[in-house]
Amino acid sequence: MKSKTRTYVISRTLDNFFGGVFELLQFIGKFFRELTPPFEWKEIIRQCYYVGYRSLPLISVTSFVVGIVFTKQSRPSLAEFGATSWLPSLVAIAIFRALAPLVTALIAAGKVGSNIGAELGSMRVTEQIDAMEVSATNPFKFLVVSRVLATTLMLPVLMFYMGFISMLGAYLNILANEHTSFTTFFIKALEKITFLDMFSSLIKTFIFGFSIGIIGTYQGYNASQGTLGVGRAANAAVVASMFTVFIEEIIIVQITNWFR
Amino acid sequence: MHKKHTTAVSEEIIISIRGLEKSFGNNHVLRGVDLDLYRGENLVVLGRSGTGKSVLIKIIVGLLKPDAGTVMVLGENIAHLDDKALLQLRLKIGFSFQSSALYDSMTVRENLEFPLLRNSRQLSKEEINSAVKEVLEDVGLQQTIDQYPAELSGGQRKRIGIARTLIMRPKIMLYDEPTAGLDPVTSVEINSLINEVQERYNTSSIIITHDLTCASATGDRVALLLDGRFARVGSFDEVFNTNDERINSFYDYNFIK
Repeated sequence: MKSKTRTYVISRTLDNFFGGVFELLQFIGKFFRELTPPFEWKEIIRQCYYVGYRSLPLISVTSFVVGIVFTKQSRPSLAEFGATSWLPSLVAIAIFRALAPLVTALIAAGKVGSNIGAELGSMRVTEQIDAMEVSATNPFKFLVVSRVLATTLMLPVLMFYMGFISMLGAYLNILANEHTSFTTFFIKALEKITFLDMFSSLIKTFIFGFSIGIIGTYQGYNASQGTLGVGRAANAAVVASMFTVFIEEIIIVQITNWFR
Repeated sequence: MHKKHTTAVSEEIIISIRGLEKSFGNNHVLRGVDLDLYRGENLVVLGRSGTGKSVLIKIIVGLLKPDAGTVMVLGENIAHLDDKALLQLRLKIGFSFQSSALYDSMTVRENLEFPLLRNSRQLSKEEINSAVKEVLEDVGLQQTIDQYPAELSGGQRKRIGIARTLIMRPKIMLYDEPTAGLDPVTSVEINSLINEVQERYNTSSIIITHDLTCASATGDRVALLLDGRFARVGSFDEVFNTNDERINSFYDYNFIK
């Protein structure tokens, strides 16, 4: 009896999971079908402002702290081998290959993903999306396409910004200890960064941005059950986005390593 | 107070519904609904909560798909329309939501401009401005033009919701519980507005409500939904002149005899 119940629970969980994945794939398919002119340029620019400009304070503080802390924590290990002069290149590689794309994506998943999930969820339960539909406006194009494009386009910009601010934090820490000049620091830092590093990080953040946008809008657009549903949509947007970002990170790192 | 007879009602059928059925799981909400809406009339659909009144108008506008039956709107079968044709048809239908459904992130002006900017792209800024001012004047809320929905009262939100639909000059108006959640004085104002819209914009309307005061004040005809079908259709007095206990109890509870 107990085993039957367990089997039922497992099969229902799997059913829900694969049903959800299938619906998400349909949602992605619809996104690409709706990705045709005329675009809602005003709304896309407004969303780029929200995703990009409004995330700058949080990204700035986080990246500055990441730069300082990473440099500070790496120094003792390098000092043991008398290799503190490698700090700039070590920090640059760590930041541009892994930390900047990943941390930017996680911040965006938390801040932007939850915002999109809650906003669209609230619009769904208060019938605002239905109101758009009956006023002969395509709500999918206006709400979903604009937001997904904004996250996809803005995340790479935020990633480069984060990388720069992190390097600034790292430089301040190095300056306090080694009195290295700004120019020397950046020459040493950038000499180990390859085109592949930058290119893979750029592609990675495009993919992260798309995932965060599509998951956030999917959760919000399909919200139900009133205010409870809005909370669930915001929460699910963050959790699912972060989970997806981690999976994508692992896959992209593997693929990139084949080319090194 | 009963509504005065409207002379503008013609014999032409604007919406024709036959054998409409809709279920949600095991809940059979509509079980074979037949209904005609004539040009120029206000038809009130009465019924208790959960009887499928809102479902009915959501099917008419294509937000929900029926399980069975046909819905003809302005001569077109809703079920056979592709997305583009459905959008074109929706331009002729105004839908006033129970919750008003104003866009929270936009001002009243932006809410009213929204359908115009997307569906009448040839209009100049001045023409859009004057259309916005005209509908705001019609609903008596010119002073709210730069306010956000959160700054408006329930009655004002209803009026702006109606104005947003009127800006597209619809042929059909669908009102979902227009007086729900409003005080009696504001309800009377909304009832008057519904009648004014009928006269000024020559609309044919379906008004969904469980409020008998609203029904008697706005309806040229009343259709009473019971157990998924229309139990009675006619004038307000004809519908309630019956010995059917279910209908009498609905009347008694509304007017607290």
